[in-house]
Amino acid sequence: MSHKIIVPIGPYHPLQEEPEFFQLYVEGEKVVDIDIIIGYNHRGIEKLSESKHYDQVAFLVERICGICSSSHPYAYCLAVEDLLGGEANIVPERALYIRTMINELERIHSHLLWFGLAGHFIGYNTVWMWAWKYREPVLDMFEMITGNRNSYAMFKIGGVRRDIKDEDIPILNKMLDELTPALDLFRGAVMDDPVIKARLKGIGILTKEQAIDWCVVGPTARASGINIDVRRDEPYGVFDRIDWKVILEEDGDIFAKTVVRILELYESVNIIRQCLDKIPKGAIDADIKDIPAGEGIGRVEAPRGECFHYIKSDGTNRPVRHKIRAPSYMNVASDKLTAVGGTISDATITLAAVDPCYCCTERVAVINKGDNNKLMNGWDLIKLSQEKTLKLKEQYYGRLK
Amino acid sequence: MDMRDKIKEALGDKVKGWQEHSAKRIYITLDKEDIYKSAELLFRKLGLRFIIASATDMPEYFEILYHFSNDPAGEIYSLRVLLRDKAHPEVDAITPIFPGAEWIEREIWEMLGISFKGHPNLKKLLLADDWPEGEYPLRNKK
Repeated sequence: MSHKIIVPIGPYHPLQEEPEFFQLYVEGEKVVDIDIIIGYNHRGIEKLSESKHYDQVAFLVERICGICSSSHPYAYCLAVEDLLGGEANIVPERALYIRTMINELERIHSHLLWFGLAGHFIGYNTVWMWAWKYREPVLDMFEMITGNRNSYAMFKIGGVRRDIKDEDIPILNKMLDELTPALDLFRGAVMDDPVIKARLKGIGILTKEQAIDWCVVGPTARASGINIDVRRDEPYGVFDRIDWKVILEEDGDIFAKTVVRILELYESVNIIRQCLDKIPKGAIDADIKDIPAGEGIGRVEAPRGECFHYIKSDGTNRPVRHKIRAPSYMNVASDKLTAVGGTISDATITLAAVDPCYCCTERVAVINKGDNNKLMNGWDLIKLSQEKTLKLKEQYYGRLK
Repeated sequence: MDMRDKIKEALGDKVKGWQEHSAKRIYITLDKEDIYKSAELLFRKLGLRFIIASATDMPEYFEILYHFSNDPAGEIYSLRVLLRDKAHPEVDAITPIFPGAEWIEREIWEMLGISFKGHPNLKKLLLADDWPEGEYPLRNKK
């Protein structure tokens, strides 16, 4: 007997981040089409920004994303400073070091967050708990430096708002020391586990040509062999004075995206260490008073990729136009390529591979194109995904009790 | 030959204005008829990456900036197009050249009411389905 049910998925709670809605069309096990519907959380921040003065906008854009809550204000400050003559010419040296550290700490906590969720989606709940356990000290480090565990309110045009205390530097170094063994653990867990390899290799492939055409950025692009990273290409902060490298993979599958993120964690720890080592004494704020007429562009390598802000000023104390482009705007669109052709049990991890936020995969409807039309929600999909891993584990290790 | 010269050569007399705000920020003014060809040259021939487009409602015209990144040199080339017909703003879509522009053209269309000729899928992206016709949130109210 065939029956068709249409179920509204939701409610789309505006407090959650990035509520995208994916509608998967499947034939049997195979995903044949996908609709990506966004806009549930459109808060009109670009318009709102036109009604705030320049100092307030930094706080406003901080609230675009709870995870990237320093990348947006940083890119905004860079845009205004571009208008004024460039970050390097305005911002005091000490503030540049603090900005760089905040930028990298954010990458660590964001990548760990993603890593935990990815583990959960494929049935590795221990990885999930561990990754989030080791993410906590990173938030503690944020608290020591900025006073906040999230939404740090650190960035202002011309500098930062809060100085780093000298007596905190050894403590921060020690916390970084303690983080490194955890990273080794995660690297081992991913690289050496045949089940994770079987689960992620060759799945959700985004080829280099596709990545170029869809203009994707960040780890999503770097996993497909596109050698871009704003930190190196157009250095801001002190990235041009620090010894670090861009992580590049060629395969474009989910495994490559995971490897890129894990190896980037090491680079971030390395960058923060060097910053703590080299940070000079001095002022942290240039005390900018007026913003002249003109336009400016700022961009920052956020954990998910290039975050872009454009500012147009007419010489008053409010921007005339403020265009914001977050990295996921380009990356999520590429799900159309990676998810179609795969199986439903791989869909959860494929959609999560570009690192959108949790709720993105919570709101999934599957419409079976065959006779028995049914609708599945996000949890059903995660269960499917975890069951597949369990089957693979049985193949590799024999029956698990 | 650096990218500046390559772009000057490729665009030729399409360039109606060349403004270097700094070493890494170059704004190029074009006629709106030339945007499709120019975007194609920059993206396909010169291999620049499309970052995003930004549109602004100015008193006399609509302005669209198409931001392209030359990643190896860290430069941003922004193609500036002015739409002077404020009653019926329209410009050629660049989505047929590369799909990465699909969402932003849809967004500009719904937010500012600028129509993109030849766009394969010009429907709402962010606004609700029951958003009133002819209301454009990013247009300035008189």
